[in-house]
Amino acid sequence: MKKMKAKRIGVTAVIVIVCYLLQCTLFSHLTLASIKPNLIIIVTAAFGFMRGPKEGMLVGFFSGLMIDIQFGNILGFYALIYLLLGFINSLFEQVYYDEDIKLPLVLIAASEFLYGLVIYLLMFMLRSEFDFIYYLSHNIIPELIYTIVVALGVYPLILFINHKLEAEEKRSASKFV
Amino acid sequence: MKKKNQTSSKSKYYLAGLCLFCILLMVLSFFYDKAGAPFKGIASVTIIPMQKGINQIGTWLGDISDNFDTLQEVRKEKDALQDKVDALITENNNLQEEKYELERLQALYKLDQNYADYEKTGAHVIAKDSGNWFSTFTIDKGSKDGIKKNMNVMAGSGLVGIVTKVGPTWATVRSVIDDSSNVSAMVLSTSDRCMVRGDLSLINDGKIRFEQMENNENKVQVGDQIVTSHISDKYLQGILIGYVSEITVDSNNLTRSGYITPVVDFKNLQEVLVITKTKADLTGTEKE
Repeated sequence: MKKMKAKRIGVTAVIVIVCYLLQCTLFSHLTLASIKPNLIIIVTAAFGFMRGPKEGMLVGFFSGLMIDIQFGNILGFYALIYLLLGFINSLFEQVYYDEDIKLPLVLIAASEFLYGLVIYLLMFMLRSEFDFIYYLSHNIIPELIYTIVVALGVYPLILFINHKLEAEEKRSASKFV
Repeated sequence: MKKKNQTSSKSKYYLAGLCLFCILLMVLSFFYDKAGAPFKGIASVTIIPMQKGINQIGTWLGDISDNFDTLQEVRKEKDALQDKVDALITENNNLQEEKYELERLQALYKLDQNYADYEKTGAHVIAKDSGNWFSTFTIDKGSKDGIKKNMNVMAGSGLVGIVTKVGPTWATVRSVIDDSSNVSAMVLSTSDRCMVRGDLSLINDGKIRFEQMENNENKVQVGDQIVTSHISDKYLQGILIGYVSEITVDSNNLTRSGYITPVVDFKNLQEVLVITKTKADLTGTEKE
């Protein structure tokens, strides 16, 4: 059992780090109209509704913390935003089931929108940049759409890894019975 | 049912605990600069080496795809470049002449400060900001290589930005097109000062906005050079930012504003030069 838990933690950490690295390196070359998709939101939201509050929050927290360390102005800002996103998504764990792809996409889109909104409010509106419509149409919505398109490819991958792990966990659990 | 309640209340403790931790971090890093040091240290042994690796692979792949350029294209380019070299040699000769004259005149005036010769060190761009809201990037040199906060960063002959954060083996640079960036600048020909403000809505057009330039009799034309000004306390004097592409008198008739086309291609930054002196070093005033 313990071994399975360690494996679960290891795999999750690898997913988080790989996504962060891709986001900062490869994805900056895949920009369309200087907009890039947000892989970190996909992962945070996915772990939120697939695995529940604890993992969703931790994944969000560590992804956010990495952004804070490397790019943020103050530590803990992005960590808090992603942490809360992970938690909000985990509230939908009860209504989520594997075969459905609509709910995950809607949740990821909603998270992305919420994230854009919060960043605008805290980082732009407070610096008296009030042209919300512009930021909505040129930044938030394009990022949302691009993220959804990427999520169509990335989310099944995360789901697949999760399935594999869950199957293994079940097998090792049934050995003890 | 009871078990479920237990887990959900447990997750609430997690939520509260992690939130508190985040807020604590924010408060700490707001009041105390060194709070981030351990995190920066951890980053420089974990994420940064991986980003460097990915960057190397990227450069390698880029080189390979470059090799596929046909010989003909390269030849054509060579011819064009040869013409350019000839033109530049002539220009250089003229400039050399003028330089000697300048030196002579400077000696006469006992002005020995030459602003163009800042010492620089090269660095690779290894990662860009994860979001779309800001234009910051990470370079592969840090405090171990002598990089300090507030050092100016250039690419080619133009200003790129300023170092805002330094880790042991990496540093974060905020570019001048970033929405939160403000640079005190001046027109090279007339020395009229202005503020160059990064603007998210102009990033796609490849422009930067400048404002608060005094509306006086000095004529500023499209194509004039905008350089960093002498009154800035963070940016060194005389670094080229870009060329005026549009200028209008504001409705208050007191100031002028307009747009600059930067000399740096911010979309394809790969190598940058960090000037290893800060303005505080030069002026001898240690900040705080």
